[in-house]
Amino acid sequence: MNIGFFIDALVTVVGVTTPILLAATGELVVEKSGVLNLGIEGMMLIGAVTGFAVTFNTGPALGDFAPWAGVLAAALAGVASSMLFGVLVLTLGSNQVATGLALAIFGIGLSALVGAGYVGMIVPSFDSLFPDRLAGDPLWRVVFGYSPLVYFALLMVFAVGWFLNRTRAGLILRAVGENDLSAHSIGYSVIAIRYAAIAFGGALAGIAGAYFSMVITPMWAEQMTAGRGWIALALVVFSGWRAGRLLAGAYFFGVLMTLELYAKASGFSFLPSQFWAAMPYIAAVIALAVISAREVAGTEAPACLGRPFLPNS
Amino acid sequence: MSTITRRNLIKAGAAGLALPALARSGFAAEPLKVGFVYLGAIGDYGWTWSHEQGRKALDAALKGQVATSYVENVKEDASAIPVMKDLAQQGNKLIFTTSYGYMDQTLEAAKQFPDVKWEHCTGYKRADNVGTYNSRFYQGRAVIGTIAGMMSKSGVIGFVGSFKIPEVVMGVNAFTLAAQAVNPKITTKLVMIDTWFDPAKEAAAAETLANLGCDVIAQHVDSPAVLQVCEKRKIYGFGYGADMSRFAPKAHLTASLDLWGPYYIERAKAVLAGTWKSDDVWWGMKEGLLGMAPYSKAVPANVRAAADKIIADTKAGTYEVFTGPIADQTGKERVPKGQRMADKDLLVMDWYVKGVQS
Amino acid sequence: MRIRLEKRLTPSRFMQIATPIASVLLTMALGAIIFQLIGFDGPRAIYETFITPIVASYKWQDVATKAAPLIIIALGLSLGNQAKIWNIGAEGQYIVGALAGAGVAFMLPHATGFWVIPLMIAAGIVGGIAWAAIPAFLKTRYRVSEVLSTLMLVYVALQLLNYLVSGPWKDPNGHNFPQTPPFTPAQLLPHAIPGTDVPPGLVVAVVLTLLFWLLTARSVYGFSVRTVGAAPNAARYGGFDASRTVWSTLLISGGMAGLAGILEASSQLGQINLGFPSGYGFTAIIVSFLGRLHPVGVFLAALILAVTYVGGQVAQTVVHVPSATAGIFQAMMLFFILASDILVRYRVRILREAPRAAPAEAVA
Repeated sequence: MNIGFFIDALVTVVGVTTPILLAATGELVVEKSGVLNLGIEGMMLIGAVTGFAVTFNTGPALGDFAPWAGVLAAALAGVASSMLFGVLVLTLGSNQVATGLALAIFGIGLSALVGAGYVGMIVPSFDSLFPDRLAGDPLWRVVFGYSPLVYFALLMVFAVGWFLNRTRAGLILRAVGENDLSAHSIGYSVIAIRYAAIAFGGALAGIAGAYFSMVITPMWAEQMTAGRGWIALALVVFSGWRAGRLLAGAYFFGVLMTLELYAKASGFSFLPSQFWAAMPYIAAVIALAVISAREVAGTEAPACLGRPFLPNS
Repeated sequence: MSTITRRNLIKAGAAGLALPALARSGFAAEPLKVGFVYLGAIGDYGWTWSHEQGRKALDAALKGQVATSYVENVKEDASAIPVMKDLAQQGNKLIFTTSYGYMDQTLEAAKQFPDVKWEHCTGYKRADNVGTYNSRFYQGRAVIGTIAGMMSKSGVIGFVGSFKIPEVVMGVNAFTLAAQAVNPKITTKLVMIDTWFDPAKEAAAAETLANLGCDVIAQHVDSPAVLQVCEKRKIYGFGYGADMSRFAPKAHLTASLDLWGPYYIERAKAVLAGTWKSDDVWWGMKEGLLGMAPYSKAVPANVRAAADKIIADTKAGTYEVFTGPIADQTGKERVPKGQRMADKDLLVMDWYVKGVQS
Repeated sequence: MRIRLEKRLTPSRFMQIATPIASVLLTMALGAIIFQLIGFDGPRAIYETFITPIVASYKWQDVATKAAPLIIIALGLSLGNQAKIWNIGAEGQYIVGALAGAGVAFMLPHATGFWVIPLMIAAGIVGGIAWAAIPAFLKTRYRVSEVLSTLMLVYVALQLLNYLVSGPWKDPNGHNFPQTPPFTPAQLLPHAIPGTDVPPGLVVAVVLTLLFWLLTARSVYGFSVRTVGAAPNAARYGGFDASRTVWSTLLISGGMAGLAGILEASSQLGQINLGFPSGYGFTAIIVSFLGRLHPVGVFLAALILAVTYVGGQVAQTVVHVPSATAGIFQAMMLFFILASDILVRYRVRILREAPRAAPAEAVA
């Protein structure tokens, strides 16, 4: 096993991890502000179909820029769908769990409807950000050879971590998630901050979906995210709502998923494949229990998570 | 006073006898309504797309005599029963249910509509009004296995499948046996993704196989994800069920094509003639149920010749990929030299041949 | 002109009943418009989806078959929802219940007798209870959110199903396909009313609806559940143990989901395969909200949702709308009911800008 073997494996892991990392990073911000949005899967699919459709339709006109237009459109579509959730939950005070589920179901159906005409079509993919000499190099491709969205995902998780822990705005957002009534009494607009967080989560979920339809397999098929949205939810929980652990946890999940394939291809099937497939969820539940049992400050769920903001009650 | 002569009576009688015949030809017979239940979308360029081509072929061949309709995206659970009943209720007298997972539902619907003829694809349960039909997909695998064996430089070829069911196992084995016939040292690395549909996982599986040294990858999954990875990694792949070259112009060497038209036409004709019987049909290349897509530019002449020979011999019946000696992964001999595997053993195949790494 | 929301003293009864009805009607209207704009025959699609299953008598059996598991699961969920305990893992409990019942059936392949089916059903209920006990334990002992734990366990249950039907429980005569052996005739549910096609699950659903109605409206337990949800401090003061409520509601809803699972497995196809999970556990959540958490409301809401499932397929065949259509309508109904929730708790007041009383006030 030479270095090439590890480079190949790492590149595969990155490809598997990136969409989950993107979606989870967005949801992390949402949950830190005190809102639980279960509709990630729906937002991802809406982003996937939008990104594909826009890239397809602008391909003739924009050429190499079409994928960028597609990703932008996917992000905006994600924001729009998250706003549907936001208005119901923040302005009309509806139940967050049910509304999130409704968004997931709606996204699955709407994307199938919109995407029906795009089955069997193909779109151009992203040009690499780096020159071919680096991106194609057998050794350096492990750093330079990825789709732009991979770098975007890494940038985002670091940016979010820095934002939450090192900026005043991030502190306010965390305060809103921990004690919304106090934040409100100090004078911060809880509702506005939560709207912004939800929109951010929607944008990243939309981009995560676009990663499926534009990078991994440039095509559209119904429900092509195949449940990654739920894994992203598990990941946020598993990470104890900390950005650094989110990054590590995402790659942990990615390694697990890739390991399953490597084991099969090499003829090792010592554990049933279903066990591997269930691992992220089992890991999340165990992590939940461990986090709550140890009560380490800063790794608990935001205190207001899932509860409506009721300033007058 | 009318002339009631014997001649006139005979003429009147003849005219009377002719009347029903006139009526039959005057009012054209009602076209036979044929229904299709599809698993996926007709645009999927895969399994369902090929059944849809078959339906169109039926429409064209028996124009005016049949009126076809279809329902797509029917899930393989209990909710398929109302769909099938609906088709029957709408007057369809011949209904094709095109996926294994419709087996029990077809039987249930058939019980409630005994005068409708039902045909279940790739199943094994029959009734008086339920027949089954299947295609020898493995014959196509033998062709692409030959090509893979000749074109693989690393001697390691790959296969991405969904579940370890006989149809997939047959495909893996035929692929491997045919490749080993041209290169005895060939090994096949196999990944079953254990789900019916997950394009991202199919892509990751293909990447893993490429990472582990495969330079030709075959697939038994419904999306072109594997081919797209092959294109990116500059290795070769094959389309499954339909020509998928649009997704991977350089990587796609050829594809096995499912051509359901001939069967659908034959069955419709049988119903029209009143000779339809419940049957268990397993056709292949010889009967026109399977074909191969055009070879891409990357396939050299000697490989084409070898592949063409396999096709010709299969159609003639002189070549059968499952001819002994065949050993399984433990080395035990399962099929003695010179003997062909019986159909019934193929249909329950759950073991892989030597050289398959799973 | 300003719009002001005034909190009502008591939730509006009228709105509680009117809003679900309005949600359905609005979905029909909006759906017709949207589909028309996309290019389908919008009104026809709506008619086939919502009306045809009600007026075409040959569809009633299909509607009843689909409604029964929804009712059973949603009854259990509604209880927990009233206590603000959110079990969104009913799908997992449904699957485990079916597997438990099937497991019992496979251990007794040659048993005949009237006790076989009740045993299977009991096993199914126990299976669902056991699967719900995990989140209950995690919540009471470790304060783990039941929303997350029940949801994660759904996907674990799916893999368990996958594993069993592909491995230990695979039908030896099944040509190696991932499915269990079929149930024997002794293990299949009989017709509830001999001679008719009424699904046995529906009879169970009707009985359970009445039982739950009594439970919620007339028992101290029902009152305690509602109180824990509405006013946790008052509940604690009144002696209602929140922890016990968590256990009881989760176990009841788990048991109901498991019951629905084994009923479904032993009636429809008599066999469990990978297509067994139909999403009832998630749809039941919609049913629970659309029915305003009330047993009778849940019963009616389940019928409406079953109608959209059945009608959605008819629409697919007749109008050629995609199969995702039913899901879109269901989500729309849920959106509307959730959005209109505010009208139950708040009164909408439209105020004029300059109050006439001002001059008088200024004088006085």
